Amino acid sequence: MQSLTPLLLVITGLAVAGYFIAKSRAMKVAGGDIRTLVSLPRQHALNTVLSTSVPALAAILLISLYLRLTGGQGSWFFGFVVIGLAVTGFATSLIGIKQDRRARTLAERWILGLLIFASTIAIMTTVGIVFSMLFETYNFFGQYDWRNFFFSTTWSPNFRGNSDLGILPLLWGTLYISFIALAFAVPIGLFAAIYLSEYAGPRMRSVAKPAIEVLAGIPTIVYGLFALFIVGPALRDYFAEPMGLGQSASSVMTAGLVMGIMLIPFVSSLSDDIINAVPQSMRDGSLGLGATKSETIRQVVIPAALPGVIGAVLLAASRAIGETMIVVLGAGAAARLSLNPFEAMTTVTVKIVSQLTGDTDFASPETLVAFALGLTLFVITLGLNVFALFIVRRYREQYE
Amino acid sequence: MTTSLLTTDARTKKRNAAEKRFKAYGLGAICIAMVSLVFLLGSVLSSGLGAFQQTYIALDVQLPEARLDKSGTRDLEVMSKVTTIGYAPILRDALVAQVAALGLTTDLSDKDVGKMISKEAAATVRNRVLANPELVGTTVRFDLLASGRIDGYFKGRVTAESAALDQNTSPEALVLAQELKDAGVIETKFNWNFFVLPDASDQRPEAAGLGVAILGSLYMMAVVLCLALPIGVASSIYLEEFAPRNRWTDLIEVNISNLAAVPSIVFGILGLAIFINFMELNQSSPLVGGLVLTLMTLPTIIISTRAALKSVPPSIRDAALGVGASKMQSVFHHVLPLAAPGILTGTIIGLAQALGETAPLLLIGMVAFVREYPAAYTSESGLFGEAATALPVQVYNWTQRSDPAFFERAFAAVITLLVFLLIMNAVAIYLRRKFERRW
Repeated sequence: MQSLTPLLLVITGLAVAGYFIAKSRAMKVAGGDIRTLVSLPRQHALNTVLSTSVPALAAILLISLYLRLTGGQGSWFFGFVVIGLAVTGFATSLIGIKQDRRARTLAERWILGLLIFASTIAIMTTVGIVFSMLFETYNFFGQYDWRNFFFSTTWSPNFRGNSDLGILPLLWGTLYISFIALAFAVPIGLFAAIYLSEYAGPRMRSVAKPAIEVLAGIPTIVYGLFALFIVGPALRDYFAEPMGLGQSASSVMTAGLVMGIMLIPFVSSLSDDIINAVPQSMRDGSLGLGATKSETIRQVVIPAALPGVIGAVLLAASRAIGETMIVVLGAGAAARLSLNPFEAMTTVTVKIVSQLTGDTDFASPETLVAFALGLTLFVITLGLNVFALFIVRRYREQYE
Repeated sequence: MTTSLLTTDARTKKRNAAEKRFKAYGLGAICIAMVSLVFLLGSVLSSGLGAFQQTYIALDVQLPEARLDKSGTRDLEVMSKVTTIGYAPILRDALVAQVAALGLTTDLSDKDVGKMISKEAAATVRNRVLANPELVGTTVRFDLLASGRIDGYFKGRVTAESAALDQNTSPEALVLAQELKDAGVIETKFNWNFFVLPDASDQRPEAAGLGVAILGSLYMMAVVLCLALPIGVASSIYLEEFAPRNRWTDLIEVNISNLAAVPSIVFGILGLAIFINFMELNQSSPLVGGLVLTLMTLPTIIISTRAALKSVPPSIRDAALGVGASKMQSVFHHVLPLAAPGILTGTIIGLAQALGETAPLLLIGMVAFVREYPAAYTSESGLFGEAATALPVQVYNWTQRSDPAFFERAFAAVITLLVFLLIMNAVAIYLRRKFERRW
């Protein structure tokens, strides 16, 4: 790290010097009359700055990556390569300054390269996610039988070894909580969207729509706190204990309800867009035949919007499955397979957090299992997202 | 059977009733959503506002030379050998003397009276004395933190019944506290220290503050702004203005919309595997946190920047090209400035999302207990390399403590976080209203 600073300083120095030298050289070549130049002096200057710095910086990036991968040490040789590149770019661009040199085109080629590089960062992120998790998951399955991971119904990690790391109870908790959240959020979100787009006047819309969207802007930790201290104890005192269903404040119900509140704006704003995309002529036709407004909505608008609404629900489901803070604080940590919604259960995300926080030993299956859980989560949510986006896109095209 | 048009038949009645019911469902759904919002915000406010007040004991403390500076030379090295354990009895004696001077009687032992003062107070006094050794030998007036239980009593969290079961306080202490309050010795003031002090250990919730967390969040936002904005704008410009339509750009687009929906915890795993294990950056540093949040916010910024670029009409580009600008010049000199308000709004909203994000930060070790204010740059750990926490992670930390006084502070931290988010969103809305242009 320390060895990088002088290199960067040299490159910056060369680039700054190049800027001024190129400018004055261009003026000299022009003989004082810049109208004889094809490109302006500052474009020559910009070209020099970019040809000095961009290749050298790219080399630094590649060399650091190479050294990390091979575990090698930085050496003078690499320093010379970097400085050499910078000096070459500096010299060739300065020597090349002539009256008819198209410096603007040259400089813009460098800029375009930078833009392309920036746009590949999104791809690199995905590649990074997939590879980092694949690599550690591979290590995990080297130590732990994959059949036990996918088909065992017990989860009891034990840091002295001999753990049972079955994903099924975690998946069950995840799906159960997501199901409750969706059962709460989908009807409410959908009805809210229908009301806002079909019935509400502009006044009502201007109040209710932003208010519902505020729910979407609240960080999940706030919902988690709300579940842990307010909803959980309330559900326990007023429902679970009187009905004899359990004494736990953190439960599937707590996490599911709070997550449902979080998902309302998600479902409602997506459905709102979709309902608005249904052409007015279809409504007019139905109303013209004498149907009431609600009949029109139920029998014309909703069936027409159904694929889009399903897409929205799937996106909400992927949100619910990947949600972490609400379940960490509201659902509990006990992995069990049970139908009682007032019992504490746990999810994939909770276990990722608990296996990866605190003292972690990256050689033990108890830590590595988190990567396998992460990969499973990633695959499930990615599948849902791709499928949902595909449906939504198909649907949009239908009415365009 | 003939019926008049003027009398509504049974079937019409049924249909009209169904219509009304349907409308009521819609209204009910909106009401449930609104009630949830009000209930959520209301309970957060009512549970957390208490922590913005703090109970202090105003005491005249004698600082005896014999106990604080045995050498009498005011030599800091000698004086710093007296630890907070040496200071605590001085404060206790001062409080006992104060109680006696007011003519109050109590059954409490001197030790139990001393327990009314926070354990943090001794450290505060010690720091003041070490900063200014001339204070030794004089009597100085201090505003000392009252213990968490006494503070809780004035906020209604601790009652005589709960105190009877509590080892750290007793009903008599609460009575004495009330008498001291009536005498004006104990007072409750606005708690500025909450925003300044670092986190405190489990025994002294009254001294816990958000200082380190706010600083850490600030550093991370700086990293996110410096990386996500330029990268996001650059990639949007490429995709929107230059990219040819081919498989590669399609792949990038699908990829970006999927990244926006990847669960945030997956980004935490990425950060742990790539930034900490592979690149060996410091655990729990704002740099790693900022990098992870940058990757998370990029899709948001890219999507909104592309929308902003798209809304600039093509005539602007054509006009620039027509007078001899290159494609790059038309974008950087004309399209980008016109799209700037939209880009800025999207960036602020992306930053607000990043500010409230918790899950990925848990995985990169920001849950650590940090008492030292992180420096922005040190030569050993580099830029933003020192351990820090963040606002939402601090909230999570406080929920894991055993003393309920921390729960109140967790809610107060959430209120602080929400105020920050409110300000950011208000700025974004203001910018959008002010600079939005319809072509």
